[in-house]
Amino acid sequence: MNATNTFQLDGVDIPFTPGQTIMQAATAHGVYIPHLCWHPDFSAHGSCKLCTVKIKGRFGASCTIEAQAGMKVENRIAEIDDKRRTLLQMLFVEGNHFCPSCEKSGNCTLQATAYELNMMSPHFDMFYPDRPVDASHPDILLDFNRCIMCSLCVAASSEVDGKNVFYMGGRGILGRRVHISSESGKLGDTDFALTDRAAHICPVGVILPKRKGFEVPIGKRSYDQAPISAHVKKAAP
Amino acid sequence: MSFELETALSPEKLRRVAIDPVSRVEGHGKVTILLDDDNKVHQVRLHIVEFRGFEKFIQGRPYWEVPVMVQRLCGICPVSHHLAASKALDMILGVKQLTPTAEKIRRLMHFGQILQSHALHFFHLSSPDLLFGFGSDVAARNIVGVIAAHPEIAKKGVLLRKYGQEVIRMTAGKRVHGTGSVPGGVNKSLTPEERAELLKDAYQMVAWSRDAVGLIRQLFEQNLAEYNAFGRFRSAGMCLVRADGAMDLYHGGLRARDIEGKPLFDHFNYGRYWDVIAEDVKPWSYMKFPFFKSLGPDEGSYRVGPLTRVTQCDHIPTPLADREREDFVGFDGGSAAGATLGYHWARMIEMLHAAEGIKDLLHDDDIVGSDLMATGQRQERGVGVIEAPRGTLIHHYRVDENDLVIRANLIVSTTHNNQAMNTAVREVAKKYLNGREITEGLLNHIEIAIRAFDPCLSCATHALGQMPLEVALVGADGTLIDDVTRDQRGLTRAP
Repeated sequence: MNATNTFQLDGVDIPFTPGQTIMQAATAHGVYIPHLCWHPDFSAHGSCKLCTVKIKGRFGASCTIEAQAGMKVENRIAEIDDKRRTLLQMLFVEGNHFCPSCEKSGNCTLQATAYELNMMSPHFDMFYPDRPVDASHPDILLDFNRCIMCSLCVAASSEVDGKNVFYMGGRGILGRRVHISSESGKLGDTDFALTDRAAHICPVGVILPKRKGFEVPIGKRSYDQAPISAHVKKAAP
Repeated sequence: MSFELETALSPEKLRRVAIDPVSRVEGHGKVTILLDDDNKVHQVRLHIVEFRGFEKFIQGRPYWEVPVMVQRLCGICPVSHHLAASKALDMILGVKQLTPTAEKIRRLMHFGQILQSHALHFFHLSSPDLLFGFGSDVAARNIVGVIAAHPEIAKKGVLLRKYGQEVIRMTAGKRVHGTGSVPGGVNKSLTPEERAELLKDAYQMVAWSRDAVGLIRQLFEQNLAEYNAFGRFRSAGMCLVRADGAMDLYHGGLRARDIEGKPLFDHFNYGRYWDVIAEDVKPWSYMKFPFFKSLGPDEGSYRVGPLTRVTQCDHIPTPLADREREDFVGFDGGSAAGATLGYHWARMIEMLHAAEGIKDLLHDDDIVGSDLMATGQRQERGVGVIEAPRGTLIHHYRVDENDLVIRANLIVSTTHNNQAMNTAVREVAKKYLNGREITEGLLNHIEIAIRAFDPCLSCATHALGQMPLEVALVGADGTLIDDVTRDQRGLTRAP
């Protein structure tokens, strides 16, 4: 790394290697940029827009913009966090997210991000969509009520597991959703396995190992210990 | 990131107005009274609209979610639902015996629940009536008034409740709506630090609970005739008892006695509760009326809760509480043991039992153990019964081969007590209302009778000391004579 390979993120110098995105460089440096659909092991697709940053007065998804030397990037400013909060609120009302009885609570990226951004209420009217629960698999439950369409399961199943168990299909806010690649449309009729990477990639409470819910007591769950931004800081090399 | 004119510039600064159906919540009661031309009482009805919907909307949910979800039925006694559901799901998992640590942690959690709920009910919700008088100044008849006039009593009440909540927090993870009990066991035991923290005050809680029993006894002695007669009626009863007949609030067999005190069934396996209990429906109430099948719907109503438990058990397995039980059942020839306000006395005896139980469990090394879960042979159906603070609580589930709940039936304490509360209210109305104009004092008498059974109906979490109540006087010809409503705005009379 040479001295010119840095950019500023909220006034902090962030080193990067050529080809790294702003998100990759910031994460490697322990600086948190809110995000949901980005995962370090998979190619970015800039869908959720939560990682939007401001560069020279223009907005862009930090997971898809390559870092440039000398770049001045604004991240955790009120203007953007307000928009992020609104995006989160829309995600919360678009699905059926009932944190009080959700086993992912405390380990959920959506919930942790909402806490990080001080989201105090859903603000908008709830959609209450009718989404199915697929319990046909002996070891894994799919509760699509909580899906945020990040498509990480699609990527993991395809790119790592080589199974293509999931795909995105349908149109519109209520129509578009994750589908299962089997004739019946049921997970139980696929070769999906608990050992698959896709079985452990979901940032929310859709893909769940059966009969394990609430195993971890309150106080010991990931985000009971520290907010999501502190996790990124701690995980940095 | 937003389109022109699609979103207000700063929506978070704007006020959002929404009109929703105002659904029924715990604590909203309605009493209707029918009178003849001489204002003689002919009909009194207590209506409690307990539409919860939990039995329906947990259908299709995975079974391990149920103990956490159903506890949202209540903000006062969620632990009871949490544990009753867990017990039912233990049965579905085929777990016949929990690990010692799991069983004792659950019992500790339950004692914490009994302690905090009984303290809340007696000190915060009921003591204003008892300390100041049934028809006393409404402005002072609340916990703030108790704090002003009897600061030592109020302080004990508040700290007893706080201690119970701490027990719950350390066993369930949160003071309200924790996750500690899971099908097959628990997800945590106590740490040595938590144990030491609770032990610090355990003996003080026992002492204060004894004081509370002394207080209600003293009140009974001072107002013997009024307390004994208030809303008094004879009733059958049902509760859980241990195999040796002792009080057991967490587990046991069902014991029922008829109106004469004769056994109807004893040590009955609650896994087949439907063999002895059925539920009647009436066109004027949304709430069902459970009854003993052997006596039929007209004669088979019963009551549950502290009064029944304390009078039907053979003994209480903690020494101080058992001594108080003996005093209670022998008091004035047994008069208090049959009084509606005897519920409060029995409640304080149970609170003492809970405090003693907590103290004993804290000295048991199993509560810091690490063997938390048990397994068994999977079943389709499970029933869990527990003695919640205000009575027997039944949870019944069926789970399909995919682990989803396909049927649920919950019979909560308030439902068991439906007929009993109606009867108590009628007794009070007959005695205090006949020929009189409705006053706030009258409303409070009715409320005191209801409150003796169930603090949920005292609207504890919504409007402390101000239960919304409507009393309508309808003449025999159907004419509305008087209609008085009390809600957050105060007492209003229909024009």
